[in-house]
Amino acid sequence: MSDDARRIVLERVARATAEVRDDDPQAAHAALAREYRQGDDLDAAARLDLLEARLVDYGVDVVRTRAGDLASVLSAELTRRRARRVVVPEGAPDAWIAAAQGRVRVPDDADPTVLDDADATLTGCAVAVADTGSIVLDGGPGQGRRAATLVPDVHLCVVPASRVVGLVPEAVARLHDAVAAGAPLTWISGPSATSDIELIRVAGVHGPRTLVAFLVRDA
Amino acid sequence: MSDEPVRIPLPFHRAAPQALLDGQLRRNLGTATTTIRAKRAAVTAETPDWQELRQAGKAIKEHTLRNLGHYLERLEASVTRAGGVVHWARDAGEANRIVRDLVAQTGAREVVKVKSMTTDEIGLNEALAEDDVVAIETDLAELIVQLAEEEPSHILVPAIHKNRAEIRELFLEAFALDRGELSDDPAQLAAAARRFLRERFLEARVGISGANFAVAETGTIGVVESEGNGRMCTTLPETLITVMGVEKLVPTWRDLEVFLQLLPRSSTAERMNPYTSFWSGVRDGDGPRSFHLVLLDAGRSLTLRDDVGRETLRCIRCSACLNVCPVYERVGGHAYGSVYPGPIGAILNPQLRNGPHDAELPYASTLCGACYEVCPVAIDIPTILVEMRRRGVEERRSRSVLPASSLEDAALRVAARVFASPSRYEAAQRLARLGQAPFVKNGVLRGLPGPLAGWSDARDLRPVPRTSFRAWWRARGKEGT
Repeated sequence: MSDDARRIVLERVARATAEVRDDDPQAAHAALAREYRQGDDLDAAARLDLLEARLVDYGVDVVRTRAGDLASVLSAELTRRRARRVVVPEGAPDAWIAAAQGRVRVPDDADPTVLDDADATLTGCAVAVADTGSIVLDGGPGQGRRAATLVPDVHLCVVPASRVVGLVPEAVARLHDAVAAGAPLTWISGPSATSDIELIRVAGVHGPRTLVAFLVRDA
Repeated sequence: MSDEPVRIPLPFHRAAPQALLDGQLRRNLGTATTTIRAKRAAVTAETPDWQELRQAGKAIKEHTLRNLGHYLERLEASVTRAGGVVHWARDAGEANRIVRDLVAQTGAREVVKVKSMTTDEIGLNEALAEDDVVAIETDLAELIVQLAEEEPSHILVPAIHKNRAEIRELFLEAFALDRGELSDDPAQLAAAARRFLRERFLEARVGISGANFAVAETGTIGVVESEGNGRMCTTLPETLITVMGVEKLVPTWRDLEVFLQLLPRSSTAERMNPYTSFWSGVRDGDGPRSFHLVLLDAGRSLTLRDDVGRETLRCIRCSACLNVCPVYERVGGHAYGSVYPGPIGAILNPQLRNGPHDAELPYASTLCGACYEVCPVAIDIPTILVEMRRRGVEERRSRSVLPASSLEDAALRVAARVFASPSRYEAAQRLARLGQAPFVKNGVLRGLPGPLAGWSDARDLRPVPRTSFRAWWRARGKEGT
């Protein structure tokens, strides 16, 4: 039955495209015009400023800090948020683990019902896009499993300046190898939101209602 | 097509006048379309390479559709390699059968769903109900529409026809709350939905989604959304089933650099939507343990046969054409009798579904061209609308529903001759000036006789003026000024 369906659908498609398909699709694809921008013309400082402006526009709390101060800044934020139970994923740098000291550390592979009881999640990111204010997680070290940044109500996300790019094409290029290796991605552009009721924007539906981004200048 | 769910809507010309009488629908739609239009204009204007992105989006989609067989087989191979299972469905009935069997194997009585037009198109919820499986729509607007037992009125904001008081009543009953526990404040309503759905997400064993994109190269599926319900449905359940039309794929991961810019700006008019999820098959220890991808034909391979069909299939379901359409803005989505309303629905339905009333949908347009201007993949909707009208006439002639030659044809042939010659044109003006006198009331032509009545009853037509521009221009020349 299902083999039949496969054969028939592919036959129909082959018949429909017989006159127009390319002999070498890969070569034809490579020849497609891409005249849009592949990068921005900002310097690193201006790019970081743009990212901050975009994040603030989405309702993200932004904290600027230096690598050396990160542990104390994170710890202060956790205290301010009254976070007692904190998800700190595997592969997290020492500074984050130090920041979570004295709190209950929830592993990122915990059952969703356990994650539901956590107060906050502390992760890094793979790349961030200044133009669109997007933060992308690919499950790499310190980024955790997808549920860990989804179920708890507060997400604290560390964004090192070295991981900030200007435009979407640069981010897509950086993520290629992770995707090809099967990594799932989560693109986050502000906390979750809906405008479904009378077009009035309500922040925070199912994902974390609070997103705090720590923009870290290197050195 | 016999497997299509039985849901025979009114034809557009009967549904539209009813919709026009709904004051709330018209007000809400007017506000929604105006707001989204202005926002879209702003976020595209700030993108200096918008036209280049649009051309690239068009080129990538056209290339993919021309080589669809090649890329479908690549997609199948890469999804399988990533640990997913690929199923093929010739039509809606077959797709529903596949999903019902997969759900039955899990023993689940309840599934959580991400908003998906494709599963609406095939009537999946109704099919699951036959097995007593409850499909819970988790997008807030879809949930509202589902609780109200209605149909979405807009692709992007499906519950735009409901106001907060109505939504409160629906939630009070569905979530079994006392009146004191829930006000009609949108934030409170959203919070109530969050609590209700959180339990469903944590318990759900099966998630069902559509797909905004599938990448042939890597077997990656993408879902864009705002609320986080999509992340919940594609991450928490043990089993994930995705139903997608065969036209939804792109060749390579890199191609998404174009569509991730085009879609959010055209759709919700944001620089980027709050959440986008990508996954490839299954990932050990992260997310669902089994993943099934159902590839749906249902008229797509037939539509693929010609240039017009391929152009139509480029659509990425952003809904920008709805928001700029003067017809859609007034009648809303229900009048189109399909999950695909508006200008894109008017060209998609006659090709994909060819339902009993679909041939009249291409007439639900003024051919103003705004839909083409905003389309992120540059579908020339106005030209295709005219082509669909032509096909509709030919089809009705071949069935002898229309005579081979009509009064209208004769009239248009005469008009063509008149407009082709200045002297004939001016003679016609003189004739009209004499003939129109009995029908001019308050400066407007009304109540024209015979077949012309259909025109003058619904439109305010200005009479031919006493002095035409051409006559005025000639007189002006003679005066030597």
